[in-house]
Amino acid sequence: MSVAAPVRTAIPVVTQATPEQRPSRGGRRARNSLWVYVALLIGLVLLVGPFLWMVASSVKTPAELHHVPPTWIPQTFTLDNYTTIFTKLNFPQYFVNSVIVAAVVVGSNLLFCSMIGYALAKLRFRGKSAVFLLVLATIMVPQTVYLVPLFVLMSNLGLVNSYAGLILPFAAQAFGVFLMRQFIQGIPDELLEAARMDGAGEFTVFRKVVLPLLGAPLATLGILTFLGSWNNFLWPLIIATSDQMFTLPVAVATFSIGQNTADYGLLMAGSVVLIAPVLLIFLLLQRFVQQGIATTGLKG
Amino acid sequence: MSAQQTLVAPAPRARPAARRGWLREALTGWLFSAPFLLIFIVFLALPILASAILSFTDFSLGNLVDPFSARFIGLSNYAKLLHDPNFLQAALTTTIFVVFGTVLNLAVGLAAAVALNRGISRFRAVFRVGYYLPVVSSIVAVAVIWRFLFNADFGVVNGVLQIFGIKGPDWLGNPTLAVAIIVALMVWRNFGNAMIIFLAGLQGIPNDLYEAARIDGANRWQEFRSITLPMLKPTTLLLTVVTTIGFLQVFEEPFVMTQGGPLNKTRPISMYVYQQGFNFFHQGYASAMAYTLFVVIAAVTLIQFRLLRSET
Repeated sequence: MSVAAPVRTAIPVVTQATPEQRPSRGGRRARNSLWVYVALLIGLVLLVGPFLWMVASSVKTPAELHHVPPTWIPQTFTLDNYTTIFTKLNFPQYFVNSVIVAAVVVGSNLLFCSMIGYALAKLRFRGKSAVFLLVLATIMVPQTVYLVPLFVLMSNLGLVNSYAGLILPFAAQAFGVFLMRQFIQGIPDELLEAARMDGAGEFTVFRKVVLPLLGAPLATLGILTFLGSWNNFLWPLIIATSDQMFTLPVAVATFSIGQNTADYGLLMAGSVVLIAPVLLIFLLLQRFVQQGIATTGLKG
Repeated sequence: MSAQQTLVAPAPRARPAARRGWLREALTGWLFSAPFLLIFIVFLALPILASAILSFTDFSLGNLVDPFSARFIGLSNYAKLLHDPNFLQAALTTTIFVVFGTVLNLAVGLAAAVALNRGISRFRAVFRVGYYLPVVSSIVAVAVIWRFLFNADFGVVNGVLQIFGIKGPDWLGNPTLAVAIIVALMVWRNFGNAMIIFLAGLQGIPNDLYEAARIDGANRWQEFRSITLPMLKPTTLLLTVVTTIGFLQVFEEPFVMTQGGPLNKTRPISMYVYQQGFNFFHQGYASAMAYTLFVVIAAVTLIQFRLLRSET
């Protein structure tokens, strides 16, 4: 603080002035951010709390579930709820149904969207802009609009209560086309030309040159499509008319408003089965996302 | 393509070859588009068109086997809508869900984004991941959990209130409270998305602006009012459009929490469409309702994008 050498004027004065100011300013900042941390922490409890409550409740006995006031930590740990939904109820079937539907929906979107994305981005053909406009025009249309005619169509095709009925309306989704088209446009033409010069046909160019470059957008599309399919509810509720074809959300919702309405132990176990895979995938990929940001940050 | 053409252009025989190349490219283009287009047209584009036609017919259960036997009844379905108290109630409920839901969703999302962006320096990732968890979770599952939490007899909320000697209400049995809880659930599940988009917007604001303001002696609230909010206008309008469209179609939350009750006060339009179309099999009437909703969504989007364009 004491200015030792008056010769070193400007710079030392500035650097000395800042530490002098910092304690007061920093103190205010620290107090402020303490409140921000407290507020954010309360928010976190409100957001994550219900999930923890779900897990805790799923391993409680019926007596404890109805205990007033509620217990936070299960007093007697039991897996009965899980045993019941997987042996007495049809949850293995619902789980398999959800997996089959999600797998086919993800697979077909990855394949079909990247194919049409390639055509729209790199090939010249008559009617191309009409195709793009058609896809663009439907993106804003809410699901509610076409549920009824879609059901009429499905019942005339004999696809009510079938895997095809569950899958087909989601096997070709518009946003995948935009994503793939956008990305493929960024691939240099020279790369494709070089392959064509070597005598490669368009299918070979697509398979050997384009597809290997699509890792990142395919991963994005895959994750988003999986989440959409796994959590999808309204259409499966309509088209799956028998217990055998229920997906997990339909099963949990049906039980929650049916005769099991008060059996929250089973409902919480069912919710865990419904939510856990998605949370697992999200948490795993969140790490990759952060690693990706860190790497590009280092490079950039 | 052009390189090839210039290479072989002098030879007279090249022309048919180039022509064949053009034809082949067109054919390949259509071949690559065909699988997507086939599914997309049959299971999406056609039903959208058919819905418009259905809304002018008296289509019901009997016509399911032979769809073309339905009779055209002009605008009757639409006229009926305007005098259907259930539809008007559903429209009111939807409006309440959308208005309160959208405003709160953006407010909470923005508050969280600002707090994460400038308020703290550590544990950002923990909060960001935690706040985003509900967004990726099944609405059905979280609605079931919430119904349990707000259970009048053994729910956590009333359990906590009891510790303070308060007798908690029957949350989902009271129309006003039920509407409020459904709005709260909608915000709880979705604001993480708004937060992420606001965070991206906040990171685009140049830091010099804040430094200049600090030199001028602005406090944090003034910084927020005069820099953050104006700079986030495009983000805010875009989020308003997306959230409004999403909330206009709200279905799972009331379906699981209240089944539309009590007194149909929590039944939105999408749920009434579902009931008319698939419980009562009035498919023509349901289509008219769905199309009305679609027109509203299109109009709201158009107005909001107009605003977006004129304000930025």
